[in-house]
Amino acid sequence: MSDVGKTYHPLAELIRARLLEVAREPEAVFWVFVFPIGMALALGFAFRDKAPEPVAVGITGRAQTGVLRDALTRSSLLKPRLFSSVAEGRAALRTGKIALLVENGSPIVYWYDPTRPDSRLARFEVDNAVQQAAGRKDAAPVRDERVSEKGSRYIDFLLPGLLGLNLLSTSVWGIGYSIVNARIKKTLKLMTATPMRRSDYLLAQMLSRFVLLAFEAAVILAFGMLVFQVPLRGSPGALLLLCALCGLSFAGLGLLCGSRVQTLEGVNGLINVILVPMWLFSGVFFSPERFPRAMHGPIQALPLTAANDALRAVMLEGKSLAALPSQLAILALWGVASYAVALKIFRWQ
Amino acid sequence: MQSSFAIECRGLTKRYGPVTAVDGLDLAVSPGECFGLLGPNGAGKTTTIEILEGLNRPDSGEVIVLGRRWRSHEPELRERLGVSLQESRFLDKLTVFETLRLFRSFYREGRDPEAALRDLSLEEKRDARVGKLSGGQRQRLAVACALTGNPEILFLDEPTTGLDPQSRRQLWDHIRAFRERGGTVLLTTHYMEEAERLCDRVAIVDHGRIIGAGTPAELIGRLHAPHILEFSSDPPASPDLVAAIPGALDPRQRGSHWTVSVSSLVEAIPALLLALECSGARLEELSTRRAMLEDVFLALTGRELRDE
Repeated sequence: MSDVGKTYHPLAELIRARLLEVAREPEAVFWVFVFPIGMALALGFAFRDKAPEPVAVGITGRAQTGVLRDALTRSSLLKPRLFSSVAEGRAALRTGKIALLVENGSPIVYWYDPTRPDSRLARFEVDNAVQQAAGRKDAAPVRDERVSEKGSRYIDFLLPGLLGLNLLSTSVWGIGYSIVNARIKKTLKLMTATPMRRSDYLLAQMLSRFVLLAFEAAVILAFGMLVFQVPLRGSPGALLLLCALCGLSFAGLGLLCGSRVQTLEGVNGLINVILVPMWLFSGVFFSPERFPRAMHGPIQALPLTAANDALRAVMLEGKSLAALPSQLAILALWGVASYAVALKIFRWQ
Repeated sequence: MQSSFAIECRGLTKRYGPVTAVDGLDLAVSPGECFGLLGPNGAGKTTTIEILEGLNRPDSGEVIVLGRRWRSHEPELRERLGVSLQESRFLDKLTVFETLRLFRSFYREGRDPEAALRDLSLEEKRDARVGKLSGGQRQRLAVACALTGNPEILFLDEPTTGLDPQSRRQLWDHIRAFRERGGTVLLTTHYMEEAERLCDRVAIVDHGRIIGAGTPAELIGRLHAPHILEFSSDPPASPDLVAAIPGALDPRQRGSHWTVSVSSLVEAIPALLLALECSGARLEELSTRRAMLEDVFLALTGRELRDE
């Protein structure tokens, strides 16, 4: 038979097929774009800067509780409530309804738990109000200046973390799931029965990730900058390179997840085992410094921790990539190691 | 070893733990031939064809395809063979044309995807998603993909399993068209009719071994009892009565209905009628037919091909 028509490049066709597959999967589009933006919106507004909440304190005692209450009401930080007995006030203290109980008498008694930060704050504020009402004069004149700087808000901390998390989870799910799915349907086996180069298939999985990753990063960053004015203090080029390195490293993890598993349940479990600890430990929602000191070493070695630290350093502190050798090394190491292992144990049938 | 065969294997053995899937199997397929591996499920057909396709390694034995060995010439062989696996699925989200285009890209030379669509009568489904195709359309797509590299040999593992009769016949036509262009076909099937209609030669496989091979006519001709006699009576005939029919083999009973292979109808029928009359039974039904591959399988194994 005569053959007319153009020739097709196998790598380009594999990438094209993969991208078409993703674009036609509504769920994939949801998880890649809608989910991180929804998360940023919800958390960004939940933790946005607002006037500090006044602290509830209780008042009880034999006489003149009204005078004491007026004194406390004058402080914008306190919200006083009256109790008919010490026992009743202490019950409210125990259940956290109030931060401190003032027992009016001579002397005035402060009931509070010093391990509670709001109780310590209340002790300081109440005492200040009580002493002023009793006629104390401040010795030095002072003035308050309130600041809310862009780059130090919670959303500024959160957005690079969500970006890192998104790059990780879409890479691992995207690559791991699609490979396992192709293995279950025997598409992989069928492809190995053609002259297709196996490296082309794996390379196509990775390169198509890069295309998707560019979209994801652009959408999340644009959203953060436009809606929350999250700053980008480092160079866009450095951020781009960093995202590419994260993508490369995480694609390796995805390949590793998909390299042997033969059921969708299996790959589901495996990916969750890998992702859930990183959701928790890698500083997506709060700084990993809060975990016990002994855990800091292992947490720093996680690829997502390195990615988040580096993303924050570039976006919020304006650092160059040269200033982040250890994070880049960790990312590269995870990438290289997962590729090496994945290629060694990969199962085509 | 020089080989004038398109496919040749000798002493093929494959074990999975305690199970011997292929047990010293020999096979030779000539160029331009359509060869069928026929046998029940679990006979070792798929393992055999996958070893010949180079997708599975035998524990021992030798495979030569187009005069080449898999170990030394895999890339070349892949260019020259077309493979359709049992129950393989494509990417559901791609269209028929996109799938053909993808598979075409893997081969250095081959059929243009638009032409491949026409070859397998898939023009109308050109832009349909693979996930939305019917079983018959999906199988035609699988064959189209296997043909996209203009192969010399086409391997088909149970190409029509699960298809309706019309889709099955349509696919047979396409396989015949490939043969008319000079192609060699090796297929597995558990449909006797498929083997009889499509194959030049058939090998009957059971427990990983070939227990009979030849053209369908040869295999049937080799039977000692090439005629099939079917009858029912009231009251039903006793096993002793049936066994006494001259030249009777493999009698099987279903209710009052008997099926028995006989060597000669002119001897068997009068004897049967006489025996029934003597026993006081009334003949209700009587029919005869030529033996088919189905009966060959029964004669060779003592079992029916398909459990019903």
